[in-house]
Amino acid sequence: MKENPNPLSFQARLNPDDFLPASGEEKQGLVVMRESVGFWKDGMRRFRKNKVAMVSFIVVIIIMIFAFVVPAFYPYTYEQQIKGSNNLAPFAYSADEQARIDAGEHVFPHVMGTDKMGRDYAIRVMMGSRISLIVGLVAAVIILVIGSIFGSVAAFFGGWVDIIMMRVVDIIYTIPDVLLIVLISFALKNPLEKLGQTPGFGWVQILGANLISIFIVFALLYWGGMARMVRSQILTLKESEYVTAARALGASSGRIIRKHLLTNCIGTLIVTTTLQIPSSIFTESFLSFLGLGVAVPMPSLGSLASDAINGLNTYPHLLFIPALLISLIILSFNLLGDGLRDAFDPKMKD
Amino acid sequence: MGRYIVKRLGIALITIWLVATLTFFLMNLVPGGPFLSEKAVSPKALAALEEKYGLDKPLSQQYVTYLKGAVAGDFGDSLKQRGRTVTSIITSKFPVSARLGGLAVLLACCIGIPLGSISALNRGKVLDNVIIVLATCGIAVPSFVICTLLMYFFGMRLGWLPTLGLGSWKHYVMPICALAFYPTAYITRLMRSSMLDVLGQDYMRTARAKGLNQFIRLFKHALRNAILPVVTYLGPLLAYTVTGSFIVEKIFNIPGLGREFISSITNRDYTVIMGTTIFLATLMVLMNVVVDIVYKIIDPRIKLK
Repeated sequence: MKENPNPLSFQARLNPDDFLPASGEEKQGLVVMRESVGFWKDGMRRFRKNKVAMVSFIVVIIIMIFAFVVPAFYPYTYEQQIKGSNNLAPFAYSADEQARIDAGEHVFPHVMGTDKMGRDYAIRVMMGSRISLIVGLVAAVIILVIGSIFGSVAAFFGGWVDIIMMRVVDIIYTIPDVLLIVLISFALKNPLEKLGQTPGFGWVQILGANLISIFIVFALLYWGGMARMVRSQILTLKESEYVTAARALGASSGRIIRKHLLTNCIGTLIVTTTLQIPSSIFTESFLSFLGLGVAVPMPSLGSLASDAINGLNTYPHLLFIPALLISLIILSFNLLGDGLRDAFDPKMKD
Repeated sequence: MGRYIVKRLGIALITIWLVATLTFFLMNLVPGGPFLSEKAVSPKALAALEEKYGLDKPLSQQYVTYLKGAVAGDFGDSLKQRGRTVTSIITSKFPVSARLGGLAVLLACCIGIPLGSISALNRGKVLDNVIIVLATCGIAVPSFVICTLLMYFFGMRLGWLPTLGLGSWKHYVMPICALAFYPTAYITRLMRSSMLDVLGQDYMRTARAKGLNQFIRLFKHALRNAILPVVTYLGPLLAYTVTGSFIVEKIFNIPGLGREFISSITNRDYTVIMGTTIFLATLMVLMNVVVDIVYKIIDPRIKLK
């Protein structure tokens, strides 16, 4: 700044340079706002910080690789009965296989031993967890669709519609679920088997009638919790201004539910769906334990465990492996769900 | 209060009737029947049997006859267990399951409520983390896994406890532990989160500021408020557990209502299915009413509508 030559002057000592238009850089420096963070980005940032949730996420990925990818490269198949290798301990070989090893041949070890029919147990456990995971995931999607539609319709229309629809949920809750499961799977067995023989429906046979009736049972019975959750969210959301605005603009009820209400409770939907997966796996293992699960020779973790009970005293590892794995799957999905809840739906607690 | 209870009981009655109706028709729609699985039943004998139990009549007529009997308290005879009425089956099996279930729920409360509170009071410390990890694992383990693990270690390896049946008090230990496992873990989590909620309330700070000792603060202020969600959970839990778990009863070979119910379903013992379902539904609905009333007693702020 230039010194004013006259010390007695009261004129402001101003520098004309200070009054030049600001450059782009300077303008940028004055912006106090951060880059805007969207719903997903914000949630993911919180999720990544949560160590427990990240670990359980990795465990879930590992189990999925174990269940869906590894069996493709595994030298044994789940239904292949190896002669003479019944009831082997982990890493043991039958006399036959030992002879082949001695002859210099490479024999893949039975990492978890074999069962009483001489089937490699490791591959059976992998296929079992594949079935359990498929049941969990498919059931969760079915429940998500039915529950969210039912709950949102009940909440949106309110009044008598709401009362009647929620009564239906209460009644489904009150009927003992085992009764419905057993009755439905009996009722569906014949029609499904017939359907499997008609051309174009061959997939029914591959999946097995029991597995499909399990899905139908889930679809009929377990959406109640989801429906209640969605309903309670939408009861508050539907009072928002944007719903009134949408209606004033002439949007139909269906459009408001789809575009405005359900998208706004996406956090709840994600979390409830994730927490639904372990409870479906839980139920499937219970059903397999009752003998209502997947058809033999297809294994599921529940049926593997229930088969192993009779030989518990002699071959405890046959029970422990599927039992531990199923607990691990349920545990990691639970923790993952909790982590997602903290990340995407911080208001919601238990 | 009186009007409220009457209204709730009215709704409960309608729910039970709907459940009974739904079960009745669903059960009869499913192919197969109670006498088909028996070996070598001649068509003539089958017809005679069906006539005896009224199964040859049209379904609507059977339904009306059944409802009339049920209202009068007569649930009919078992179709499979000759000479036993449904009422006698339920009254002989229910006490076994109820004893086990009741003790299990009691055990779950006695462990879960203190553990949850301790965990909340020590929030963020090692003890809290240990309890959370245990409770989370507890929720993840299916009941048949618990049963078989208990049986393997305590029954077979260590030989401390008998594995099958219900003879002495020792027989009760494992089934009760197995039944109580999941509820304990669940109550612990529930108690912890509601306790944390309560501890953050203004009235807790006020209580501390006015110099109340810790004991009164904890029991009179915190616990009484924090226990409400647990009470809500206890109603359905008690109804479920008291009626017997099929898995536990099957593995430990216990003659309880849970096993009876499943075998009646697989045998198509229509009258037993109906009787047990109505019994379970009644218990369930009544428990919910009782919970609401207990709620009111614990928390006078709640207004019953």
